[in-house]
Amino acid sequence: MTTTRTIQGQKNLQKINQAAKDGIGGSPLRPDGNLKVKGEFAYSSDLWHEDMLWGMALRSPHPRANILSVDISEALKVPGVYAVLTHEDIPGSKYYGLEIQDQPALAIDKIRYHGEAIALVAADHPETARRAVKKIKVEYEVLTPIVTEEQCLDPETHGYVHEPHEYKSHAYGNICHEQKLVSGLGVTDEVRAMADVIVSGDYEVGMQDQAFLGPESGLAVPAEDGGIDLYIATQWLHVDREQMAPVLDLPEEKVRLTLAGVGGAFGGREDISMQIHACLLALHTNKPVKIVYSRDESFYGHVHRHPARMHYEHGATRDGKLVFADCRIVLDGGAYASASPAVVGNAASLGHGPYVIPNVKMHAIALYSNNPSCGAMRGFGAVQAAFGYESQMDKLAAELGMDPVEFRQLNAMSEGDFMPTGQQIDSPAPVAELLQRAKDMPLPPPLDTEHLDVRALPGALSNTSHGEGIVRGVGYSVGIKNVGFSEGFDDYSTARVRLEVIGGEPVAMVHTAMAEVGQGGVTVHAQIARTELGVEQVTIHPANTEVGSAGSTSASRQTYMTGGAVKLAAEAVRRELIEKGRRRYGWTHNDLSLVGGKVVSASAGPLVSMVDLLGDEAVEQTREHHHRPTQAFDKETGQGFGHVQYTFCANRAVVDVDVELGLVKVVELTAVQDVGKALNPLSVVGQIQGGCTQALGLAVMEEIIVRDGKVRNASFTDYLIPTILDTPPIPVDVLELPDPHAPYGLRGVGEAPTVSATPSIVAAIRNATGLALNRIPVRPEHLTTEQPG
Amino acid sequence: MEFLRPATWDEALAAKAEYPTALPIAGGTDVMVELNFDVHRPSAILDLNRVTELTEWTNDGDVVRLGASVPYARIIAELSGPLPGLALAAHTVGSPQIRNRGGVGGNLGAASPAGDSHPALLAAGRDVYVEAASVRGTRMIPIDDFYVGVKRNCLEADELIRAVHIPVADGPQQFSKIGTRNAMVIAVCAFGFALHPKDGTVGTGIGSAAPTPRRAVEAEEYLQGVLAERGLWESGGLLGTEVIQRFGELVKAAASPIDDVRGTADYRRHALAVMARRTLTWCWNDYSKQIRSAA
Amino acid sequence: MRVTFTANGKPVEADDVWEGESLLYVLRERVGLPGSKNACEQGECGSCTVYLDGVPVCSCLVAAGQVQDREVRTVEGLAEENGELGLVQQAFVDAGAVQCGFCTPGLLVQTDALLDRDPQPSDNDIREALSGNLCRCTGYEKIMDAVRLASARKCAGEGAAE
Repeated sequence: MTTTRTIQGQKNLQKINQAAKDGIGGSPLRPDGNLKVKGEFAYSSDLWHEDMLWGMALRSPHPRANILSVDISEALKVPGVYAVLTHEDIPGSKYYGLEIQDQPALAIDKIRYHGEAIALVAADHPETARRAVKKIKVEYEVLTPIVTEEQCLDPETHGYVHEPHEYKSHAYGNICHEQKLVSGLGVTDEVRAMADVIVSGDYEVGMQDQAFLGPESGLAVPAEDGGIDLYIATQWLHVDREQMAPVLDLPEEKVRLTLAGVGGAFGGREDISMQIHACLLALHTNKPVKIVYSRDESFYGHVHRHPARMHYEHGATRDGKLVFADCRIVLDGGAYASASPAVVGNAASLGHGPYVIPNVKMHAIALYSNNPSCGAMRGFGAVQAAFGYESQMDKLAAELGMDPVEFRQLNAMSEGDFMPTGQQIDSPAPVAELLQRAKDMPLPPPLDTEHLDVRALPGALSNTSHGEGIVRGVGYSVGIKNVGFSEGFDDYSTARVRLEVIGGEPVAMVHTAMAEVGQGGVTVHAQIARTELGVEQVTIHPANTEVGSAGSTSASRQTYMTGGAVKLAAEAVRRELIEKGRRRYGWTHNDLSLVGGKVVSASAGPLVSMVDLLGDEAVEQTREHHHRPTQAFDKETGQGFGHVQYTFCANRAVVDVDVELGLVKVVELTAVQDVGKALNPLSVVGQIQGGCTQALGLAVMEEIIVRDGKVRNASFTDYLIPTILDTPPIPVDVLELPDPHAPYGLRGVGEAPTVSATPSIVAAIRNATGLALNRIPVRPEHLTTEQPG
Repeated sequence: MEFLRPATWDEALAAKAEYPTALPIAGGTDVMVELNFDVHRPSAILDLNRVTELTEWTNDGDVVRLGASVPYARIIAELSGPLPGLALAAHTVGSPQIRNRGGVGGNLGAASPAGDSHPALLAAGRDVYVEAASVRGTRMIPIDDFYVGVKRNCLEADELIRAVHIPVADGPQQFSKIGTRNAMVIAVCAFGFALHPKDGTVGTGIGSAAPTPRRAVEAEEYLQGVLAERGLWESGGLLGTEVIQRFGELVKAAASPIDDVRGTADYRRHALAVMARRTLTWCWNDYSKQIRSAA
Repeated sequence: MRVTFTANGKPVEADDVWEGESLLYVLRERVGLPGSKNACEQGECGSCTVYLDGVPVCSCLVAAGQVQDREVRTVEGLAEENGELGLVQQAFVDAGAVQCGFCTPGLLVQTDALLDRDPQPSDNDIREALSGNLCRCTGYEKIMDAVRLASARKCAGEGAAE
């Protein structure tokens, strides 16, 4: 291995040296913004290395099959091919997984989903690799895939996705994970009898995709010490390493990861995609290997949002108080476990919504099937359930002749109330107020039929209506999501903060392993350092595995967790610096702080500049931030202090529906959310608007269509995400009610709007059409030809 | 794979004769997708970008001769008057970037039933011709004969599309398309409609609802009959709900759609009927206004 | 094959280009201009938008051989000559229109072209012009803000210059 290291983009974040004055509560500009608008920010797919090869995988065209043989001899003969690998070439453990190690790095004997990787090629050009991949001969025994709930739950007839003796968890049958919950009296005939009104419904959620724009990609560079350096777009560097090292048969310290530019994530990068494959090829060929997924491969290469089938039954008194909720949620986890256990936990513990319900029975399961694997996506578990319980709330309100917002407010939880898990809500839960604010926002003007612009109508430029058939509808919803990792997981993040004089100025350097995926964590870290250390200049060190884990950029947790770690480390630096001053100058003040580059006494004024106090020395501290401990839920009763924090968002959707053609234009989507404390208001609003738009996609267009285990629309031609013509103005109202348990009182932001906004849009479509609509995404045929009667 | 770059039309024909399996590329908006995703590995690519005459159009007052590579953006900007139906269809193609590159020649070459140009071309009149040429000579192919199967047209291996001849509109024309989002979408189904008062005919075109783009012949005949019998061409009088409804039903009956990831066959039929009613109403309202203002 | 063309005003040359390669691949992998992005490679996302002879196109749908002797301008060519951000670039940063930023290069080129043609577009005009550029992070609201901001600055700047 030569030492020529011309890795473009390694200096992404090193270049960032922002002089903005803003601390927390301000909206300084992104430190990576200039690089991004100049096209100079190096994403994982932009990396290049001298002598680099291209890696590519052969994937199964079948969802379920036995592999009878794999013949790589013809592929190896293609000029320009350096390696063709199968599972037999894996030096270490053949399995990995986020929570359960049930997924082979390359298929062994069995195919469990359409698109499963079987073999790898490294070649001098992507086209060479494609040619070689086509020359790998695989003999399959194609089996009937196990894909429906009924098939999965009847393994005696239809078979097992994983043989039961292979289970590495509490799985049984084809059930990967299960959580039950009973609170109050549960739901019995006696409890049912206490309700004056009972409504029930069956609801279905399609398989959504994260559809981040930057495809899975990275560059693996073999190192002289026999280890590997991987430049990668991921959500959690350390958990990638934890899964990679055993497969590569390397000690963790020889698997070094550096975050490359990440083109969005939304949960889809929480699992391993090409990380292990690129490293296997690089170690085998002793050459740098780059893998970049094409868009279709991306659809096969990452997990999706669990599709769900849900049955809900709710009872209420005549005066509108909820009496009970009986819920069954079946999530299709697909071939491998991924984050299924956590998704089930969320669905079970949040699946009743932000309401006080005295009696609850819940049963949530995730299936193993031969469908694509499902795992983390923004708001997981809570998103699916919210469509169910919010549909039920509207149904109940209608049945009771009540206003849907007032009915929700009457049952809304607030601080001090208990979750059905027995956990008391011990910070603000302004559910009723969020709804009220959404309702009180001025409505958009009615459709202007005098000056029609087709671009503002359902169908837009497709010119389907000049005003005909268009009916307006309004709908409301509210949702609940947990923040951070739950159920007893020791969730923590690490930050290293260093303060020193550079160029005559005090400069703070923040080093974490946090994956900046676009959310703006790097902006917030600099703001925290400025606030805690009274400096203007903050450098963000590239995220890598040279510092402790930051945990995942998911679960709305990074500002809470890594922001909290940066705060702790900065406070420790501040204490050390002040102590240094006390030793040197004999200060006795007890009112010292760091402001404007100086040590300042509140009573005596500035004492010394940091430049003088630091001299040539640096002060450096590393801290871990653990959130308060949580508990696992009891398997049978679901009781336990399971979540560290809750977050709520309410929405109002206004839609125009062409009721004859079944086309929908969302006219406005209002969001009201309590964020505890907005560390960066501009970013907070951006998160809420982005979250709402993904919810809009799930409501009216986004679904991976799977038939008999085969993905039918693995492309941006047929997997549609909202364009700017589909997305309405999104007015955002932010509340700041501090959570005393959280750093700065903040509350996680990213997911709540994705949980809550979908049901508001469906409610608005129901309002316009009078249809029941029990499945999302709502398609034109659901509004027209597929309606009963 | 060869990359052929003829500078003139004659060179292009010679290249196509020499490499009959060469894949012509102009805007690239179909061809490159197939290349990028390894759907297609032709023996040669025949680049037509240097043949500048393909990006030109002429209008002699009766007929527009539209070069195969005139991009959709220019059809919208320059030809909305003489070719209103095609311009509306062009406006629904892909994205602005796609409309800057793609043209009708590519749509015809790919002959996808979902191509947006087809319904507008079919509706534009009986005298729409595809001008195809080879070293052997030039053929004027009536548009009705052009589409022969799913993604198949009647071109010979050595032929290239040079232009499309489309009568200048003599009455209102409309185009509607269904997509499951409000921009950048492949048609679930589409409908083109045109009134041709000069010869007392109407034109229809159905997209994405049959193996090939096709006209709704019975619907055309029915409507022509009504318009003639009732003297509506002259009076511009009301069509009445019953006629509009019947026309929609006949359009619907002319389709033979399938269920696929983009939509169901039932929905396609239903939507075609709605689009047929609406486009007829819009066109007829415009026509009535013209008659009344001329009176 | 060899392909030579002009990129951001400078002549560039790529050798051993495979005939099926796209302009996007040549820009990103052969001539050191990875700013244009590879999100879908089928013309459905707009993140690879570049000017080809002054017209914004998806560079993933242009065959490499088609750009012989032609002019390409990419996101890397939008900054001022002194390296300062261009007007549209600055507006995207200022308005918070950049999150992950993967869609940004294409949006910048497309917005630049829009404001060149129409310095004061209506909201519906902006939405139509940008309807071929997918963004998954922002919900487009701050992108709308950025285009309005760029438009206002451009008009103010032109007013001052008159």
